[in-house]
Amino acid sequence: MVVMADERLRRMREVAGSVPDPELPAVSLAELGVLRMLRETSAGHIEVELTPTYTGCPALASMAEDVERVLREHGAQHVTVRTVLTPPWSTDDITDEGRRKLAEFGIAPPRPGGGQHRTEPVVVALGATRGAPADGSDEHAAEGSQLAEAVDPIRCPRCGSTATSLLSRFSSTACKALRRCDTCREPFDHFKEL
Amino acid sequence: MTDSTAALLARPELALADDALVLSHRLGEWAGHAPVLEEEVALANIALDLLGQARALYGELGDEDELAYLREERQFRNCQLTEQPNGDFATTIVRQLFFSRWQELLYGQLTDRPLAVKAVKEVAYHRDHAEHWTLRLGDGTPESHERAQRAVDDLWRYTGELFQPLEGLTVEGHPVDWDTLRVSWDGYVADVLDRATLRVPESPRQSGWRAGAGRQGLHTESFGRMLAEMQHLHRSHPGARW
Repeated sequence: MVVMADERLRRMREVAGSVPDPELPAVSLAELGVLRMLRETSAGHIEVELTPTYTGCPALASMAEDVERVLREHGAQHVTVRTVLTPPWSTDDITDEGRRKLAEFGIAPPRPGGGQHRTEPVVVALGATRGAPADGSDEHAAEGSQLAEAVDPIRCPRCGSTATSLLSRFSSTACKALRRCDTCREPFDHFKEL
Repeated sequence: MTDSTAALLARPELALADDALVLSHRLGEWAGHAPVLEEEVALANIALDLLGQARALYGELGDEDELAYLREERQFRNCQLTEQPNGDFATTIVRQLFFSRWQELLYGQLTDRPLAVKAVKEVAYHRDHAEHWTLRLGDGTPESHERAQRAVDDLWRYTGELFQPLEGLTVEGHPVDWDTLRVSWDGYVADVLDRATLRVPESPRQSGWRAGAGRQGLHTESFGRMLAEMQHLHRSHPGARW
């Protein structure tokens, strides 16, 4: 019964894809774009491919465990989870729904275009230890930053303001940068384009 | 040394993995000591990226724990730049600038290696971080300028080793273009240092005692101590897990 097998696999994919990211529980693995493939290699044996967001992402092991657990709960007898690096994950792999949920969770979603943003002039806020004021009074901060920001601004996930400054290029995880909203003054994480 | 060990030690992937592991460990030493919290987190994140690279590369060669914890100092193939002590923050940043740019350019060439294709995007953020701190320190206060210049002068002798070809490292059957890599690196570093009001040292990159034999397994004094700290838990308690 091919139809039934397809239906069961579809259900398996749904279950695996709905596993929440251990560090960003607001989004699921499917929404994050890290669940690459799921198939049945032999009766009851499910093979899954996951791709890490960052090479050193420590959450990957726990994602693999979670996927294996839910698939077993849904009838898989053997589960093999493999890690694949090709093609490399990009923030463009995050679905629209994933972006919406990130913003709702308080994390400014990555802008489309993946790592290309990095080669554009990046907002550079250089103060004593923290970001420069938005008036561009720091000469290094002023280099090209207004241009890049004007084209595609990062919005504060709290108030929607486009006036934000960079506090640190690396935040609580490698995939995020720490920013502060110049309007509502709240710090927030920005999912960096990769 | 057995033939298989000798063959393993000659693999260029091992050198790349050792670079990543050793620098990762050095950066990890900043935990609890960085000048500001944001930098503590940034350096730890960069260390984590490098550790991820090392693990992926070791995985191509054998057992990652054996390779990381059970080799002797002279079996490590990292370049000497990566093992240099953290020093002050300026030293760490300049080491990052020199290494990250080299790694970014090299990985950028390795277009047929999944790990390099993936990691090059992450390394670009490491380089970006180092570049902006170099500008800030060089073109900062007299003290930060002086420390940054001292770091550049002290670390310069270890940069020659970066451009010694790694035997066997190929891209689709062709050797890596080390000359282009060096020219790009030189141009980039000269530009950043210039913008940071820092001087490019005139001293030769390989001084009398030939800095840069890390690829042959000869390391600088502090590396043994670093390795002892990194390996002692695994060696004292084989198979320890947490």
